[in-house]
Amino acid sequence: MTANSTHLLIAGATLADGGRADLYLADGVLADPTSAPEGVERFDADGLLALPGLVDLHTHLREPGREDAETVDSGTAAAARGGFTCVHAMANTDPVTDTAEAAEYVAGLGERTGHCEVRVVGAVTKRLAGEELAELGLMAASGAGVRVFSDDGRCVNDPLLMRRALSYVKAFDGVIAQHSQDPRLAGPGACCHESEWSGLLGLPGWPSQAESVVVARDVQLAELTDSRVHVCHVSTAESVDVIRWAKKRGIKVTAEVTPHHLLLDTPLVAGYDTTFKVNPPLRTSEHLEAVREALADGTIDAVGTDHAPHARQDKDHPFDVALPGMLGLEQALGVVVEVMVNSGRMDWATLVERMSSAPARIGGVAGQGRPLLTGEPANLVLVDPSARAVVDAAASASRARNNPYHGRDLPDPVVATFWRGRITHRR
Amino acid sequence: MRHLLSAADLDLAQATSILDLAEEMQQVQSRPVKKLPALRGRTIVNIFFEDSTRTRTSFEIAGKWLSADTINVSAKGSSVSKGESLRDTMLTLDAMGVDAFVIRHSSSGAAAQAAGWVKAQVVNAGDGQHEHPTQALLDAYSMRQHFRTLGDPGEFAGKRIAIVGDLLHSRVVRSNVLLQRTLGGEVVLVAPPTLLPTGIDSWGCEVTSDFDAVLDSCDIVMMLRVQRERMAGGFFPTEREYTERYGLTEERLAALKPGAGICHPGPMNRGVEISSAAADAANSLVLEQVAAGVAIRMSVLYHLLGSDEGAMK
Repeated sequence: MTANSTHLLIAGATLADGGRADLYLADGVLADPTSAPEGVERFDADGLLALPGLVDLHTHLREPGREDAETVDSGTAAAARGGFTCVHAMANTDPVTDTAEAAEYVAGLGERTGHCEVRVVGAVTKRLAGEELAELGLMAASGAGVRVFSDDGRCVNDPLLMRRALSYVKAFDGVIAQHSQDPRLAGPGACCHESEWSGLLGLPGWPSQAESVVVARDVQLAELTDSRVHVCHVSTAESVDVIRWAKKRGIKVTAEVTPHHLLLDTPLVAGYDTTFKVNPPLRTSEHLEAVREALADGTIDAVGTDHAPHARQDKDHPFDVALPGMLGLEQALGVVVEVMVNSGRMDWATLVERMSSAPARIGGVAGQGRPLLTGEPANLVLVDPSARAVVDAAASASRARNNPYHGRDLPDPVVATFWRGRITHRR
Repeated sequence: MRHLLSAADLDLAQATSILDLAEEMQQVQSRPVKKLPALRGRTIVNIFFEDSTRTRTSFEIAGKWLSADTINVSAKGSSVSKGESLRDTMLTLDAMGVDAFVIRHSSSGAAAQAAGWVKAQVVNAGDGQHEHPTQALLDAYSMRQHFRTLGDPGEFAGKRIAIVGDLLHSRVVRSNVLLQRTLGGEVVLVAPPTLLPTGIDSWGCEVTSDFDAVLDSCDIVMMLRVQRERMAGGFFPTEREYTERYGLTEERLAALKPGAGICHPGPMNRGVEISSAAADAANSLVLEQVAAGVAIRMSVLYHLLGSDEGAMK
């Protein structure tokens, strides 16, 4: 099998619903397996699960601006290793993706150098400054076809501006993906979940309510405008309660949780290792339990990695000064399998919904998150559900090494990834 | 012990040994020739990323009286603004063959991070809002001397120590609580609710916002400096109100248990958290604390770096 193989028969794969199937990849789509010619290249998938390719709603690729930390090439290579066939490139690059031209530039990088589909997230406000709307409609109409808008890294804090943004994007079925952080309750210095740990470590606290008060405001603005709001990286039990209430009310809210907020907890920062500095911060076990339960019952719709590569020199600072963020693409599936599937909280079909179908739907991505049926695009990942490995930060396709799972024994499920019928990763 | 990063690093024997040796070191201070040869040939770098006249000077004197080569490095201003990371700054100095770093930094955890990077030994001389272990040791030393002047053997068991003020932003309070957990003193924490750290109920101390209620039961009252910028942060309305509720005023001074010692890590805001009557009272230990600072730091450096028996390595 070669990288440009266009015809391949994946034989004897198990599907997420438990059934078995042969999958015939021909010219980028799934063709009728009985039509596969004799002698076509075969991939023995006995014992492997075939899942639709994973879709990430929340990825920092750092290009343009910080190519020393990550590029579209390296970031999407990491995505392919993680089983992803689509990522959403966040807008907080340098320059910020806040114009149609900038969006098309990133989309072009994705087409030329990507190892998966790169969907572009546009900024909600110019330069992420939170003052004036960016050209949302021009970004939507551009070649990049932007549908998700986010000032991620910063909260759209002005309630009137948030109302206008929500209202405006209805014209082109856009969604505002909010980084929910009240900048007064959790200011720029806040870097540790406000808890016994922040008190002991002397680190400025980031209370869980600094997230949930913004979520509570935004779901009500979504109701007011009858528009769609997406809550990025939900990390607290209080936010989960608000989203559950809003969904019951019929408000168009969706939400994502990161792999790290499912698995890693506040005590990890006790050694002041800045690898574990992330925004929102790692929370305590009761919050982890709440977001796990919410992901299982669908209150949280999707997993979003918030893959945030940083150069070493931006992490080698005191804890309150170092840049927040951690890698996520390569270990995302392993973490979700460990926390949600191996624990019995979720079956594989639900995992597909949370990591592929729902994020594709939220992002408005046609051709991703589709069932593995004849005629559908050949975006899929082959998974060995029992494989495990100790994570080695140095063995990454990412340019960055801020991997919080380094040294951990985790499921290592991704055997091969196929995007548009081409193999983009094989173990 | 390789480093002194937290007061919790010390067990009872080590803490007692540091206090006891400090008494011998203090006698050196009264000699006309104050130099001991104990650390001859050792190099100590006092690297202060944050200004501190008192702590830096006392570490410098302590090192010099022990005959160490003591170098002061002022690294004020964030390393980010200079374009150099904390790790690179520390590794650069470490590569020169330093035996120990005494580190002061405005960020919590900086000394612990540095200890993970360098080959030299590290003493935490105050990290952000986290810890200041040598301050807690000199506080304990001054308290013990004070108890003895009252005809007491100087044990901490059974003693009540009130720490009053901005507990949220104080590295002094954390180190004192941890050290007294080892030494056996009972700590009472007093502050307005806005200045209590989250989770303080798990520290194993009595916590109250009513200063008057504990005045007559404490053997030591330690007043912490309150900074004006906390008003802008909404932690309390005015200095006047703060003084009224949490200051050691003349009235509260009169209500203290007879013989109670008054401590302050300095610099003092006279008329705010402490009245001049209290600062200059006969049972004020403020200047004793400063004098103890040199002796304690001599003792700590000797315990960490001295090659004779008693070294904690």
